[in-house]
Amino acid sequence: MALNKKLLLSPRKVDITLRRLAQQLIENHGDFKDTVLIGLQPRGSAVLQKLLEILNSQASSKIASGTLDITFFRDDFRRRDTPLQPSKTKIDVLLEGKKVVFIDDVLFTGRSVRSAMDAVQSFGRPAEIELLVLIDRRFSRELPIQPDYSGQHVDSLIGDKVLVEWQHLGATEDAVYLETGDNE
Amino acid sequence: MSELSTKHLLGIKYLVKSDIELIFETASQFKEVINRPIKKVPSMRDITVANLFFENSTRTRLSFELAEKRLSADVVNFSASSSSVSKGETLIDTVNNILAMKVDMVVMRHPKPGAAYFLSQNVDSIIINAGDGAHEHPTQALLDAFSIKERLGSLEGKKIAIVGDILHSRVALSNILCLQKMGAEVRVCGPATLLPKHIESLGITKSTNLIETLEWCDVANMLRVQHERQNLKFFPSIREYSQMFGIDKKKLEGLSKKIVIMHPGPINRGVEISTEVADSKQSIILDQVENGVAVRMAVLYLLAAKTEINFSN
Repeated sequence: MALNKKLLLSPRKVDITLRRLAQQLIENHGDFKDTVLIGLQPRGSAVLQKLLEILNSQASSKIASGTLDITFFRDDFRRRDTPLQPSKTKIDVLLEGKKVVFIDDVLFTGRSVRSAMDAVQSFGRPAEIELLVLIDRRFSRELPIQPDYSGQHVDSLIGDKVLVEWQHLGATEDAVYLETGDNE
Repeated sequence: MSELSTKHLLGIKYLVKSDIELIFETASQFKEVINRPIKKVPSMRDITVANLFFENSTRTRLSFELAEKRLSADVVNFSASSSSVSKGETLIDTVNNILAMKVDMVVMRHPKPGAAYFLSQNVDSIIINAGDGAHEHPTQALLDAFSIKERLGSLEGKKIAIVGDILHSRVALSNILCLQKMGAEVRVCGPATLLPKHIESLGITKSTNLIETLEWCDVANMLRVQHERQNLKFFPSIREYSQMFGIDKKKLEGLSKKIVIMHPGPINRGVEISTEVADSKQSIILDQVENGVAVRMAVLYLLAAKTEINFSN
């Protein structure tokens, strides 16, 4: 089966989108006093890192952040062929009473986000949780979960793949592609 | 590679290097989990584990039980002294009766070498060996190797000495196999009466000189003198053993380098290890205990992942 790789977001578009998302966060969270940004492992932490670069250049104080791995909270344990390998969780602040923003690259079925809502309780009960995603794959949700901040939405088929590539992780440039099978 | 090559954990003998690496990687994530304010994950909430201890154990049983509970598994405990084993039931019957009550995994300690392997051939369940006679104690070896790796960064090319009663020790054999698979060099040291004949055939060296061994090694794992397994006298007196093969502050400080001290517990303070050494900065005894829970969580998690939920009934 031939694969078609279509550019969704060019490097310039990725940058513009991240800056817009950062502005929206500032609009809602002001000085980020009670806010903690949490990147969902493994790929959300790359988006988090990019957003922090933008936010830290504008904010006066340091923004609290962390990464959360959801492997042990997934709902497909013993239902997959091979178990997923866990990544690092690093949350140095208590989340009790904090405003938490989950950050991920692609929102697809919503199951990761559900697992994350479960996993985050181990660090305290947040006052509220919001969701920021770079790409929202619409109409493919399996759970009633929607993003509060979305970079770009895309209509795609179940077999399609959204690839988010980052220069700081070894790709040639920051870009987002849609990989589709030869469906015709 | 994110899957174990084996269905059971019967011994280190049955693991390959990538299995051990996978267990270590998973264990380091679980170590982070057990240091959270809420130390529990829901992965094994639909799994029941039976801990069958046909021989006394406090530490290993507690460590397994905590590991199981932190993975949200249901746990049943069984100890031989309070069971129908004393009424003459066979091992297979005992275990099949427990499995009939829909238990998914069995953690077993047994005084007979090979008991875990035997069980794996005769019952339909996942078996984890928590020590079988003087044969193997795989989770102890894994947590020891994990603790060394954590302290020294790697096991490759490291020199590890195992000191004490090698003859009666299941910890020694599992440790030797595990450390070798991870690329470390092993030497055993102890009274000649407590070193098995032909132990060099495992590809290790042996010595009856403690100071020389300590100068050679990066890590010394001091085994417990197992009074309960010694019907015969293997050395003249505890005092003499302690002088020849026990480690104290003077011996430790007389060495030309700082070595790491380990002990699988329970410690006989003043026999194989002095109080000052056990409580010193060079000792990682309590790290071993903490890592024990994380490593056992990793083993349980990775083996449970290989089972499938049966929705057909």
